[in-house]
Amino acid sequence: MGSFFRVAWHVMRKDLTVEVRSKEVLLTTLFFAVSVVLVFSFAIVREGRAPDDVAAGILWVAVSFSGTLAMGRTFERERYNDTLRALLLAPTDRPAIYTGKLLGLLILLALVEMVLVPLVGLLFTAPILAYPGRLAALLALGTLGFAAVGTLFAAMLVRVRSRDTLLPVLLYPVTIPVMIAGVRGTAALFQAVPDEAMAQFWIGLLVFWDAIFVTLALWTFEPVMTE
Amino acid sequence: MIYDFRRLAVVDVARHYGRRKALSQVAFTCEAGEIVGLLGPNGAGKSTLLNILATLLTASRGRVEYGDRTAAQGGGEVRARIGMLGHDLFLYPELTARENLIFFAQLYGLPDARAAADAALERAGLADRGDDIVSGFSRGMRQRVALERALLHDPRLVLLDEPFTGLDQASTAALVARLQERREAGCILVIATHDLDVADGLLSRAIYLKNGRVVGTDTDSRGLSERYRIAIQ
Repeated sequence: MGSFFRVAWHVMRKDLTVEVRSKEVLLTTLFFAVSVVLVFSFAIVREGRAPDDVAAGILWVAVSFSGTLAMGRTFERERYNDTLRALLLAPTDRPAIYTGKLLGLLILLALVEMVLVPLVGLLFTAPILAYPGRLAALLALGTLGFAAVGTLFAAMLVRVRSRDTLLPVLLYPVTIPVMIAGVRGTAALFQAVPDEAMAQFWIGLLVFWDAIFVTLALWTFEPVMTE
Repeated sequence: MIYDFRRLAVVDVARHYGRRKALSQVAFTCEAGEIVGLLGPNGAGKSTLLNILATLLTASRGRVEYGDRTAAQGGGEVRARIGMLGHDLFLYPELTARENLIFFAQLYGLPDARAAADAALERAGLADRGDDIVSGFSRGMRQRVALERALLHDPRLVLLDEPFTGLDQASTAALVARLQERREAGCILVIATHDLDVADGLLSRAIYLKNGRVVGTDTDSRGLSERYRIAIQ
């Protein structure tokens, strides 16, 4: 077990070191996410007022679209010099490699969300500081479920020519439960009279879906990566 | 105790991609201290066979035995004894040579990854360039780092896919010397190459592949070009 987490740690640290040098994934993901939010604000916000209940949806649209971009780019790097084969050749538990890639992606997406959330709060007058703990839990759990499936699919598709098209086509239908829970839970916190109990219910549901998705991804990573 | 083997046996291996046969009934054995060349035109199945030997692909039929175990039986223990240098070099261009080597040494669980990386850089003749980003290296320098990355964990089986491509004469000579040194250390080396001039005299045995089948085997690698022409025709 120690070896599993040691390998996951090394893979995650390697991914973050590469990202610190290139800043490629973080900057493109952030630029895309901010653009999505801005486009919605130009279209929806009138005289400084946004329609009720749109902020949560826009936040999660930005997270999911930019997250998909980040997943694809992270594995594109491993394809570029065929380093994914070198990772798979190592005498380690292959799910540890998956875990390391997932952790690296989660840290990148967390950084993106740290910019996105205040921006959504500002442009759509969403009460992001009313329940910061619950909002952070919804974002963390929703991002984990989405990224767990996305990391698996991005790894599976890394050698497929039409991977950029196939990734969202496969990912979005499977992660619908996570997206619904994330949007509804966040909306419960952002509404005029926040519904804490409802947000807590969706947090519970996210924990359930995360447990299923992470378990399935860890279980299937080895067979799907062995051709 | 670390698993080890001195014999590699390919037993009637076939690999299909849908209806296309990439390999059919390929069979041969290699012993420790041999350099075996896989020779053949493009599409002959050399890279597919190397990937099967590396455990990255599974055979549709037949099996590969690493000593007394197959890849499925050995898992990580077998992979720990295999080193591979692909046509793409398996290096992260954004990292320094030392960071690349330390990362792979850590993946292979070497006790002192930094010392292993330093020793590898020394062998590659790049001790003074270890902290330079790999993307700034010439092809020859990258190849030297990549070879030492593949040999970091002292593998018994070394697989090389077109290792001489893009190398100048001095780099080729250095690579040949390193491969001969590994052969003398008891490694099994399997090389897929088109470069018959370099392979001539280096190989212990040549296996000719055409359309996924073994069409000839040669134990005398001198005058390889002529025999290659006859075997492949």
